[in-house]
Amino acid sequence: MLIRHRPDLTENDVTDRGLYLRRREFIAGAAGLGLAGLGLAGSGGAAAAAPLAFTKGFSTPEKPTPKDDITSYNNFYEFGVDKSDPAENAGRLKTRPWTVRVDGACEAPRTFDIDELIKGQKLEERIYRLRCVEGWSMVIPWVGFPLKDLIAAVKPTSKAKFVAFETLMRPSEMTGQKWDVLQWPYREGLRIDEATHPLALIAVGLYGETLPNQNGAPLRLVVPWKYGFKSIKSITRISLVDRQPPTAWNRSAPREYGFYSNVNPAVDHPRWSQASERRIGEFRRRETLAFNGYGEWVADLYRGMDLKKFY
Amino acid sequence: MAQPPQSLRDSSPRGGASSAPTKSFPSGGGGPEGRRGSARRPSKTRDNLVYAAVWLACAAPLVWLAFRAFTGDLGANPIEALIRQLGVWGLRLLLVGLAITPAAMILKKPRLVRFRRTIGLFAFAYVTLHLFSYIGVDLYFDVGQLVKDILKRPFITLGMAAFVLLIPLAVTSTNGWVIRMGRAAWSRLHWLIYVIVPLGVAHYYLLVKADHRPPLVYGAILAVLLGWRVWRRFATR
Repeated sequence: MLIRHRPDLTENDVTDRGLYLRRREFIAGAAGLGLAGLGLAGSGGAAAAAPLAFTKGFSTPEKPTPKDDITSYNNFYEFGVDKSDPAENAGRLKTRPWTVRVDGACEAPRTFDIDELIKGQKLEERIYRLRCVEGWSMVIPWVGFPLKDLIAAVKPTSKAKFVAFETLMRPSEMTGQKWDVLQWPYREGLRIDEATHPLALIAVGLYGETLPNQNGAPLRLVVPWKYGFKSIKSITRISLVDRQPPTAWNRSAPREYGFYSNVNPAVDHPRWSQASERRIGEFRRRETLAFNGYGEWVADLYRGMDLKKFY
Repeated sequence: MAQPPQSLRDSSPRGGASSAPTKSFPSGGGGPEGRRGSARRPSKTRDNLVYAAVWLACAAPLVWLAFRAFTGDLGANPIEALIRQLGVWGLRLLLVGLAITPAAMILKKPRLVRFRRTIGLFAFAYVTLHLFSYIGVDLYFDVGQLVKDILKRPFITLGMAAFVLLIPLAVTSTNGWVIRMGRAAWSRLHWLIYVIVPLGVAHYYLLVKADHRPPLVYGAILAVLLGWRVWRRFATR
């Protein structure tokens, strides 16, 4: 695949200053919130947020959404359908021990222990825009590694045309799974060229620390040019497959949520316009950008496709 | 807002505390005279207190919402939360309004009906604020987008229809209008509520992404309230 720009380098210089400023704010904020954070981690039995070592990667220069908002306003139906439910209920989820099975059309299928997986990767921070299909957006400083590196590790064969993802199924901790609001476990999928695109990220951290449970701990997908629901959380299985895999929201309402679900202001959701969005923390709506502003890097993946048909 | 059943008509419509204050017991209903009066009918003071309580109960969610909005307690997306809460409270009050007639008859408390207008008007106020916050805050008065939404999004089409139908009911809610229109015509007009509330429930149902339980709960309550009326019509024939 032709990559006209090397995302890893393009915007580093722009980001530096913003990062520097933000980090100071973050440290100041952490000092104030430290006690509360420790208290929560101690009582809930969930893994405490731990700092991660990482370098700076491809990032938007936009101001990141406050951590409080990113961690309190989530769509994670495994923990309830209200936006505030995951922050309330996700503490129950035990993220250790945790394994991720990577299998299917590959020569070296493997089950990774989460800590070994993270240790074996060079982590980087990537500040991405996230656009929810519901018409709101955030700017999120993820820490993670490219999905393509994980896929390469299992040596995919030529039959690997798509990648299927699966979230943990554990109703005792993911209490939302006790009711079939969606078909559990949550499933998502990408075409292999989407999955191996340098922008497709496996995130294991947020704001420099391990991922909070409500944001998809211990590891989640982040595909910044697609609507947020494509970025599946708390992954336990990744399979290389030869045909387009079923996906949770598409099965729930195929007319509303396509397999591709690229951010596209020209294709409305039946129940709301996708032309604009509200950035969390802002008052006025802003225009939604094609591919969430990442068209420069990903539009080529869809050359020749009718995106009104393949929404 | 709907047509009161025959047996209740004499006590309806009546203004509450907000209508012109009439004579009240000078003693505040504490004396033996007042107490004797309350055997048949509660005293004026007690009436006013009960009325004030109803009024406050209707206004409380709004005050609470305003408080939460100003203290930043509406979450990461306060605009969405505000619009949603205003809509939900509008729908709740519409259902409470529809529940009054059955409650009055089943509990044999015909004077409950005097709260119907207040509750209906509060419902209208919530629905109006709901709509205005969508147009003014969410869309920021983008009329083009509003028109597109009304034409293209079924849930907005239905919601808007419900609002438009509510307007004549709110306007004609005064005693003056009952007299001007004549009771029969007024009642026929206010039958619209039986269209409006189902539209409101459908509006909510179509908005929800996956978990349809909350709108279905409202739908079930509505079905009971309407079902009771149908049942009564046939049962008393």
